[in-house]
Amino acid sequence: MKMQCEKAHVKNKKKERIFCRSVLFLLAAGFAILFLLPTILTFTNSFMSQTELSSNYGVIFDSLKDSTKYVSEQVNLKFIPDMVTFKQYFTVLLASPEYLLKFWNSVILVVPIVLGQVGIATLAAYSLMRYTSRFRKLIFFVYVILMLMPYQVMLVPNYLVAQWLGILNTRWAVLFPGFFAPFSVFLLTKFMKRIPSSLIEAAFMDGATEWQVFTRVCLPQCRSAIYSIAILVFIDYWNMVEQPLILLADATKQPLSVYLSTINSGEVGVAFAVATIYMIPPLLLFLHGESYLVEGITHSGSVKG
Amino acid sequence: MKELRRKIHIRREQLVSIMMLWPSILGVLLFFLLPFAVVCYYSMIDSPLRQNFVFLENYIQIIQNSSFLLAAKNTAMFSALAVPLAVVLALGLALLLESRIPGKSQFRTFFLSPMMVPVASVVLVWQVLFHVNGAANQILTFFGSSGIDWLKSDQAQIVVILLFLWKNLGYNMILFMASLSNIPQDLLEVADIEGASPWYKFTRIKLRYLSPTILFVTILSLINSFKVFREIYLLTGSYPYESLYTLQHFMNNTFHALNYQKLSAAAVLMAIVMVAIIAILFFVEDRFGKDVE
Repeated sequence: MKMQCEKAHVKNKKKERIFCRSVLFLLAAGFAILFLLPTILTFTNSFMSQTELSSNYGVIFDSLKDSTKYVSEQVNLKFIPDMVTFKQYFTVLLASPEYLLKFWNSVILVVPIVLGQVGIATLAAYSLMRYTSRFRKLIFFVYVILMLMPYQVMLVPNYLVAQWLGILNTRWAVLFPGFFAPFSVFLLTKFMKRIPSSLIEAAFMDGATEWQVFTRVCLPQCRSAIYSIAILVFIDYWNMVEQPLILLADATKQPLSVYLSTINSGEVGVAFAVATIYMIPPLLLFLHGESYLVEGITHSGSVKG
Repeated sequence: MKELRRKIHIRREQLVSIMMLWPSILGVLLFFLLPFAVVCYYSMIDSPLRQNFVFLENYIQIIQNSSFLLAAKNTAMFSALAVPLAVVLALGLALLLESRIPGKSQFRTFFLSPMMVPVASVVLVWQVLFHVNGAANQILTFFGSSGIDWLKSDQAQIVVILLFLWKNLGYNMILFMASLSNIPQDLLEVADIEGASPWYKFTRIKLRYLSPTILFVTILSLINSFKVFREIYLLTGSYPYESLYTLQHFMNNTFHALNYQKLSAAAVLMAIVMVAIIAILFFVEDRFGKDVE
């Protein structure tokens, strides 16, 4: 009798736990749908024809001048197109080269910044990790403060330097501040501090020079860290808007991230298609290196060294 | 003699490591620190051409400027609402995913996905959702309340806060998840054996261990709350509804008016406030989180 009772109790508890977990699961699923919704909307709507889009969202994006078209009073949030069309993609990829040009602008701004910033930061981080004098502690502190400054504070300084160096309105004005941004230095120094010091000492015992220790011991040890930082930096600069707006007034040199916001409202379809295409590189990086990305974020997790 | 050679050797090796640091230091000096010093100087002269020293006059003018005050007030309001929400909700999501539900890594991916979406297309979607005839209002009217013109009302900040949370919760959540998994398990087990309630475990054990992460996430969200101006700017242009007029708008508009000394003073003020806030947060964390370490 007692046993039965206990069994029932255990069973009850198990049921309770399953119930609890499914409630939590549903909660998480609900949040997940909310998080994915805008992305899915962008993706599926990029396959809608312009007429379908303007009959759905006409009130928002169409100017009142064009009253011949049917425009609904209300916005219809629609996820599945009535008819799938690739016309927007045709426009973006083949018919008008301006979009591809802007895409290329993005690439030649972002790729050098990622390589330059990570390269310079790797050298600096190694040096900051190896010796901890008071001077270096101060440097690290200054970098942290700089990293935490909102961009608005650095806007004028960036502009002034570009003006002095005569590189305003050229790509270098965006590239140089990107190369020397302290974020990577901060994160890499923290990663490198986790390399066991016995490993480095052993290499020195064997007569390795500083440079050899750097290339043969340190770099292989933090390969994944470098990769994860590169992804974070890439995503950050791929979406930059303020810097090119101020430092690159010449519209033909601006990256797609800026241009995307100026695509005029009559071309919502094109805007959705461009946005989808623009999402592809970070998405590939993300799918390929999600665990690295998570690791990178994880280690950015405390400001103190 | 041998001693001397060894010393020279060490010197040389140190030199190599110093050389490795210099590119970064020179770049930071040239592109960030020196120009910032110049900005400090600009903030105390009457104009970059005449260069008469006026000390604090620009600051006084800025503080009395009504649009600066409005921008500062809106920014402070926004951060004061959005940052705590970002911290609490991210912690909630992290706890949710750590509660052994199936599909944890998929959920993690979903919550991180907003990081990938380009700003401009987010803005596009947000316009569809929060237009006066938009989707959000349809849901509201369905439940019987009348719609609001979101971006042109006092609720405008809600829209931007939602956007901010959507973009940043995933990143913060990862930080919390990492720090949750670092809590010593035996401590929680002992608490279980002693019959501690989940609430007790959460407030007395987990929160204590989480406090450095809470500090960091707060600082990070604060910085990101300044970045959201980008989206506001793209959503509403240079002169938005009053409650959305933020420091970014002020800075941008002043920049286009070529008023460098005013802009410089605003930038310096902003830097000072940021440093002060960060220092306070560090101080609080130092007091609160000491016994864990």
